[in-house]
Amino acid sequence: MGSTNTAKVDRYKNNFLKEVEENVEEGDWVRMCMQCGVCAGSCPLGPHWDHPPQEIFMMIRAGKRDEVLASDSMWMCTSCYNCIVRCPRELPITHIMHGLANYAHRLGVAHQENPTRRFAQMFWNNVTKTGRANELKISLGLYFMDGFMNGIKKSLAMKKIGIGMFMTGRLDPFGLVQGRGCKGSGDIDKMLKKAFEIEDHRKGYNS
Amino acid sequence: MADEKKIAAYICRGCELGARLDTDQLANIAQREGKARVVQQHDFLCSEEGVQLIRNDIDNEGVTHAVVAACSRRAKTAAFSLEDVAVIRTNLREGVIWAQPDSEENREITQEMADDYVRMGCAEARFVTRPAANSEAGSSKIILVVGGGISGMTAAQEISKAGYSVILVEKQGQLGGWAGRLWKRTPGKEPFADPEDTKIAQMVQSIEEDDRISVHLNATVGRTSGAPGQFSVDISTASGSTVTENAGAIIQASGFENFDASQLPEMGFGKSPNVVDQAGLELLAKEADGKRIKRPSDGKEVESVVFVQCAGQRSDKEGELSYCSGHCCNTSIKQAMYFKDANPEIETAIIYNDLRTPGNGEDFYRNAQRKRVTFTKGEVSSVETGGSDLEVRFKDLILDEVTSLSADLVVLATGQVPNSGVDVEAELEAETAENDGNQAGSKQEESLSVSVAVESILNLDYRQGADLPHLQHGFSDSHFICFPYESRRTGIYACGPVRRPMDIAQATEDATGAALKAIQAAENAALGRAAHPRSGDLSFPSFRKEGCTQCKRCTVECPFGAINEDDAGYPLFNEGRCRRCGTCMGSCPVRVISFENYSIDTVGQQLKSVDVPDEFEEKPRILVLACENDAYPALDMAARNGNHYSAYVRVIPVRCLGSVNDIWVKDALNCGYDGIVLMGCKKGDDYQCHFVKGSEMAHYRMSKIDDTLQQLQLEAERVSTLEVEITDIRRAPQLLNDFVDQINEIGLSPFRF
Ligand code: SF4
Ligand code: SF4
Ligand code: SF4
Repeated sequence: MGSTNTAKVDRYKNNFLKEVEENVEEGDWVRMCMQCGVCAGSCPLGPHWDHPPQEIFMMIRAGKRDEVLASDSMWMCTSCYNCIVRCPRELPITHIMHGLANYAHRLGVAHQENPTRRFAQMFWNNVTKTGRANELKISLGLYFMDGFMNGIKKSLAMKKIGIGMFMTGRLDPFGLVQGRGCKGSGDIDKMLKKAFEIEDHRKGYNS
Repeated sequence: MADEKKIAAYICRGCELGARLDTDQLANIAQREGKARVVQQHDFLCSEEGVQLIRNDIDNEGVTHAVVAACSRRAKTAAFSLEDVAVIRTNLREGVIWAQPDSEENREITQEMADDYVRMGCAEARFVTRPAANSEAGSSKIILVVGGGISGMTAAQEISKAGYSVILVEKQGQLGGWAGRLWKRTPGKEPFADPEDTKIAQMVQSIEEDDRISVHLNATVGRTSGAPGQFSVDISTASGSTVTENAGAIIQASGFENFDASQLPEMGFGKSPNVVDQAGLELLAKEADGKRIKRPSDGKEVESVVFVQCAGQRSDKEGELSYCSGHCCNTSIKQAMYFKDANPEIETAIIYNDLRTPGNGEDFYRNAQRKRVTFTKGEVSSVETGGSDLEVRFKDLILDEVTSLSADLVVLATGQVPNSGVDVEAELEAETAENDGNQAGSKQEESLSVSVAVESILNLDYRQGADLPHLQHGFSDSHFICFPYESRRTGIYACGPVRRPMDIAQATEDATGAALKAIQAAENAALGRAAHPRSGDLSFPSFRKEGCTQCKRCTVECPFGAINEDDAGYPLFNEGRCRRCGTCMGSCPVRVISFENYSIDTVGQQLKSVDVPDEFEEKPRILVLACENDAYPALDMAARNGNHYSAYVRVIPVRCLGSVNDIWVKDALNCGYDGIVLMGCKKGDDYQCHFVKGSEMAHYRMSKIDDTLQQLQLEAERVSTLEVEITDIRRAPQLLNDFVDQINEIGLSPFRF
């Protein structure tokens, strides 16, 4: 695939569309969008990101590979499903958005600074390590995501809630050093490895 | 009053009429004031027994005119359509008791209303004669179809299937028209997914085998004269021979020409052979016949193609079409499939502004998306033809950027230009302007230059011009809003793209409708009866020669070209062409035109018979002349729905507002009416007037009535001309009530005594 904004000859041709169809979850729906703009008008995140779904789908058809894959749009989707219920063409828009995010991530070209993406990565790392989500680590990780001072400030702001949770046994302070895992977490590792292997093989990634 | 006339009045007490009204008093009025020689009351007049009562009087008492004071003329038509006598319907139900609230304080004015309607019914009866059919009726039932494209062929087949004979005239050497030049057509059947065979060859064959259809190829209509039931048509062939045929009705299916794409130099048409219009692409597709389409410049198999929608259409540029041709989006979708079906790897992009896919085109559009045709909303600025590939420059309207894309072939979706012949009205205006010696003609030249064909299609031998009048954008006039196919030339019906842009499916439907209309017209003509909208009417206009001043107003104002002039300059009515609207009667300044059952007197005497109370009673009287086609039904339906209106109005139905003669307005003012309302259909380009120009004429005439009002020293607001639609069942009564309020503000007429 071209590295700069797709070469002239590829504009409005089927190359990138086909790539999306083959690699992105529900990607073969993209061609069915009729550009009505209902999703763009329905999305609560609309004003906060680069391109609403309507534009993303048109960009795919226009062959704007790099711009689409590096966009922060699909990372901003909160899965509210507003667009899906309203799309007159019944596109599974939310799923396509997540599919695109996943694809861009696997290719290693996804938006770098987008906080949702970083949080997603953090969550993944956390949960796959022991097979169980460690809430304390996740929340602290989230607080300290934007630097040490920010982390202290956020932690202090949440202090009361933290103490309340501790008092009712909803928060295990030892989790910080020794999180509770699940039985056979090594098997989870193996399962995931195999799954990646299969996916890589099927989709031709070389991660 | 003729001696043999014997008027009888029948007053119904059913439908609560008996409870709400003093029917004895009505009977009394009919007898004393209405001069009815027989007066009967009945509890259920539309019942078998009630109707028998009337029949007995006709048979035994020699009754010639029956005034039926019951429900609206629009109700119980079958029960009260009595042969041999003139029936006058007096509307006490919808017009009085349903239009008024059932309350004690309203009782008196409701009764007054009913009293007046009985007076009016009897007055009308005194001046009505039962009409007899046109004795000069022609009886040809052969239908002439001009144009052998999909519309003309469909019309011919439908007419033949109904058992009538057809003469089909086609200019080209073969039938089929544009549809015959297509490789495939947009789908007309479930699942509306893929291009379909046009089946034109089979259609042509079945027409050729049809005994009832005689086909003239390479032929045009050299001259058309006559009227429904008796058209005489000269058919000239290329070889120079001419045959004259008779026809009962005519269908004009002369279709369209393609917009000339060479008028779009920025799109590269004419500069590169690889820029074609949709017709050009059909040609290439026919050559390829299912295999890969080759580009004209070097025969290379096309690998990428771009369709430019709305090329020279929906444009405000001089010389381009301002309208949408309706078929071209679906056509481009179909043509994109020609490529995708031959090889799905061919890149096809359709650049549109609004994708319009009428009919079942939405399914077709979806399937094109499935086939990966790229649809992009954009505005094409130019097609660059310099390089080996074409470069289409456009603004992507979704991504909001100026961009371009390359292609081997570009297809321009240009529009349909109607093949509608001479613009007779523009010609007439130009002529008038010339006669007047001023320069106004230049504007006409402009509008003439827009139409492609200056050759006449029908060559009508009418004083009003050689072809059907045009409506907008050079399309042949048709009653666009309410009665497609109906034209201003009786017995001549337009169908297909000559009357508005359309595709094959729509043209097929259109032709079927026109076929039925033409048959109906021929059948009616043979019986000496009127065509739509007074279908079946036997009356026709006649004029009193002694009074006629040869002013020609009737000749000019008749919307249907039914009046010519004889050698001495008197009007010559062509009854076959007459639609019985009465516009001529309304136009005549010396009031010499009348129908047996509709005349200056039948309405004038009604309005004079109303009892106008003296000024101290403070009861205004408003005369409403309501068009029987839409305004009157609207008031009926309003009353049926409980939408009441003022008890001070007296409504008289008229055939068309065009038939309203100034004298009625003047007489009404002199009689002391406080206000006059004319209620008719919508006028203008999107007219709903059943007689096309009647409502417009009435508005025009009433705009001149101010002088009369001034002479009488009356306020201009006392006369009002309103446009209503048949569905205005809330608005129409409201308009009347508002008018009454307005009159109350101005004060009652000083002409009361
Ligand atoms: S599901 Fe995602 S893309 Fe759709 S409206 Fe909600 S946030 Fe927007
Ligand atoms: S609502 Fe559906 S069809 Fe409309 S623009 Fe969004 S994805 Fe496309
Ligand atoms: S104006 Fe109407 S009634 Fe009079 S001749 Fe013409 S069509 Fe007939």
